[in-house]
Amino acid sequence: MMDFFRYLGAGTRKSFTKLGRASYFLISILTGIGSVLVRPRLLLKQLHSVGVLSFLIITISGLFVGMVLGLQGFYILSRFGAEETLGVMVAASLVRELGPVVSALLFAGRAGSALTAEIGLMKATEQLSGMEMMAIDPIKRIVSPRFLAGFLSMPLLAALFSAVGIIGGQIVGSGLLGVDDGAYWSQMRANLDFQGDIINGIIKSVVFGFVTSWIALFEGYDAIPTAEGVSRATTRTVVNSAFSILGLDFILTALMFGDN
Amino acid sequence: MDIFNSSQDSLVSVHNLTFSRGEKKIFDDISLEFERGKITAIMGPSGTGKTTLLKIIGGQLFPNRGNVIVNGRNVHNLKRDELYTLRRRMGMLFQSGALLTDMTVFDNVAYPLREHSHLPESMIRSLVLMKLEAVGLRGARDLMPNELSGGMARRVALARAIALDPMMIMYDEPFTGQDPISMGALVLLIKSLNTTLNLTSIIVSHDVHETAAIADYIYVLSEGKVVGQGTPQEIQQSSSEWVQQFMNGAADGPVHFHYPAKEYMDDLLHSEKPLFSRHRPSNDRTAKRRRYS
Repeated sequence: MMDFFRYLGAGTRKSFTKLGRASYFLISILTGIGSVLVRPRLLLKQLHSVGVLSFLIITISGLFVGMVLGLQGFYILSRFGAEETLGVMVAASLVRELGPVVSALLFAGRAGSALTAEIGLMKATEQLSGMEMMAIDPIKRIVSPRFLAGFLSMPLLAALFSAVGIIGGQIVGSGLLGVDDGAYWSQMRANLDFQGDIINGIIKSVVFGFVTSWIALFEGYDAIPTAEGVSRATTRTVVNSAFSILGLDFILTALMFGDN
Repeated sequence: MDIFNSSQDSLVSVHNLTFSRGEKKIFDDISLEFERGKITAIMGPSGTGKTTLLKIIGGQLFPNRGNVIVNGRNVHNLKRDELYTLRRRMGMLFQSGALLTDMTVFDNVAYPLREHSHLPESMIRSLVLMKLEAVGLRGARDLMPNELSGGMARRVALARAIALDPMMIMYDEPFTGQDPISMGALVLLIKSLNTTLNLTSIIVSHDVHETAAIADYIYVLSEGKVVGQGTPQEIQQSSSEWVQQFMNGAADGPVHFHYPAKEYMDDLLHSEKPLFSRHRPSNDRTAKRRRYS
């Protein structure tokens, strides 16, 4: 019994120390952002590897998710004779939920894990230490540009995901199942609220981008500098990002859409 | 400005340094002096914290007690900006080279220059080629770090370390894992750079012969203490058994070949799990398997 409490206490203490380190790390990233803006080339390079290279996975996944939504939505809506509102259903689910959440999960798996592995290996091969000894701050040169790139890419990728998904829904809905094309688009335009749906969806993806990039970079920077340590850190990035995204999504949804 | 009573010709002085990692004391109240313009070696078996010492001198780790004076300034009392300014004049050669893997050899050497100076690119080019020429790798400028052998990577790292014309260089195990030819090249290079650039060099190593050949002064560390010091000749003739064992590479001596353990015979005869027991473990396992199936 005592062992159980001791174990619980040690675990709690460990996670709080880690949270403290992570917060301190976040502060240094944010203070380093100024120097990234002076050197846009560092940012461009990271925007390419974090953002542009995620295009394919986001586009393909978005297309399929939209197509599945079109199919499922059609079967349910047609029972009530409301298949003309398919466009609203597809677009609202994508813009409010699936766009930000699924693209953030994919982003954590594709870009987040890569960031952790990269930073972790740079630490293991003493590159970060070497930069410090050359009087170059690795947070400013390595970490902050990656953070900013992740933070900026996420909302754009989520928007891309939703847009492609809506097209996927239309392909299935009006192309295969015979929903009226005009109804698909006009119902969507009439019933989707810019402030309530689109802006809130963007806010979600901004929050997810912030959190995912933070987790990925921190896990890499905090990794034990061995092969095993880096592999564990990469796993933790994906797991912790997924938990944070889904948990935060519930909180954000409750705050945004809870009262109507 | 910190003023300490260290001798005038020391560039780096370590006073009463104590450093522990967890329960383990890595350094126990050691004091070292590194003279200007000289090559000073720190030797000792693996795991005596030689690399840690370099990280403490470079201000990457903080000691529990004691202080480190570099060029008249107490490294661990400096503000972050002051420390970074000081580090520009301290080169460090890491064991792995620590080259940035996403840049060519040329860009790696140019990196500190581009970060710390506002020189035009044409001048940076000349400087980089000069530094690469000094280490004999001017022809390798377009290679990526993963295309270099270990010895070449270390030489590129050396060119990068001297790019900002530092006052000192710290070498972390420069000879480990090198074939005889690149080892010879590195020994020659360290010696000649030290004289031509008027550097102060600190070499951390356990390669006795190579280090003794170029060092002006040697400290031998063991278990957190300085167990011997002097010129290479004095160290060779040291009366300390410990130093003799280390310098001659004897397998047994004051440092035992065996990790501490209980008596060999006791260990064999009274093992914690008896070798022969009445219940054979395999039976237990089948019983358990039967229960679950």
